[in-house]
Amino acid sequence: MLQSDRRDFLKLTGLAGVAFTAGLFPNQRARAQANDFHFVQFSDTHWGYSGPANPDAEHTLEKAVATVNGLARQPDFIVFTGDLTHTTDDAKQRRERMKRFREIVSALTVKDVRFMPGEHDASLDKGEAYKEFFGATHYTFDHKGVHFIALDNVSDPAAKLGDEQLAWLAADLKQRKTDDRIVVMTHRPLFDLQPSWDWTTADGAKAIELLMPYSNVVVFYGHIHQEHHHMTGHIAHHAANSLIFALPAPGSQPKRAPLAYDAAMPGKGLGTRDVTMTDKVTLVELPVTRS
Amino acid sequence: MHRRTMIALLAGSALGAARLAAETPAEIRISAKKFEFHPNRVTVKAGQPVMLVLTSEDRIHGFKMPDLGVRTDIVPGQETRVALLPTKPGSFTFFCDVFCGGGHEDMDGTLIVAA
Repeated sequence: MLQSDRRDFLKLTGLAGVAFTAGLFPNQRARAQANDFHFVQFSDTHWGYSGPANPDAEHTLEKAVATVNGLARQPDFIVFTGDLTHTTDDAKQRRERMKRFREIVSALTVKDVRFMPGEHDASLDKGEAYKEFFGATHYTFDHKGVHFIALDNVSDPAAKLGDEQLAWLAADLKQRKTDDRIVVMTHRPLFDLQPSWDWTTADGAKAIELLMPYSNVVVFYGHIHQEHHHMTGHIAHHAANSLIFALPAPGSQPKRAPLAYDAAMPGKGLGTRDVTMTDKVTLVELPVTRS
Repeated sequence: MHRRTMIALLAGSALGAARLAAETPAEIRISAKKFEFHPNRVTVKAGQPVMLVLTSEDRIHGFKMPDLGVRTDIVPGQETRVALLPTKPGSFTFFCDVFCGGGHEDMDGTLIVAA
């Protein structure tokens, strides 16, 4: 069993930023080679946010869309791992934000786009508005031999997957072979990253337990507004940058308040991520804007 | 009910009164509403039993204090009582863990356990 290893970090320069490679699919080189592909992860766009943490909030998402559209090799598909919109108590305004968000991302050249909710989208109405605009909150799909599972840990405002979804996950996994390539996508960390900041999923350990028998699993998530990598056994968990404001490293300060906006470096700590899937997973952090 | 009965029995004698004084938890009332706890800073003594009495003024909130293993819902119209026996001095964060809106991430407080 190969595992993610800090020694595998590769430092790249220019647009690529920092790449992270991890042994994801051991002994599957021949099987994967013909089907190598890449996708892009957007996360925590928080459309509708207004505040000092990002004075450019009205344009950041549009800039990121343009940057991804400018990639020389377009991704097979794009995923959004939650908090598409910033929360509001006003149900009408929530829908207006979702409508405008959808209009902006419709400019993506790649039309195969998969959405997931964050608590800002779904926790106040248990996903009602989200479903009207983006469909199911948890689902699966397959792409070039990889099984993707989108989990919803936000429609329950107490940050639970819930027994029903866990049973659904268990039933789906029963159809997989233990060496199948599996990618899980979700909003909140499934493990206890920083419980004192509520960076966890109440019953996330149950999902990880269900995934543990499978040898080729990787998890992509958002919520914490920063790149972060963690292993639970052989399962790698990769958090993505946000497109609205950065948050401090887990436990690095008393409160999880947004990091101050740096006018000299707008877009600092923000961006999207390109994920290349071969027998390894290679993550390349993309800035908001090409320079 | 059992606890109240026990307190009533103990209170009936001088010995009981002394034991009651030693064992009755300090009652601390904390109310919750979007997006704050009141009070949001509470000080107790290490080794002193505490009874948190939690109420909500508007909607369901959560009360989570991971360092002391506390987690409960706070439901409007109900008193939620949480017994604690903090032994280790320090500052412990509590926060709402039921998403309640735009200020949810700032809805927190601190329990200070004094030596």
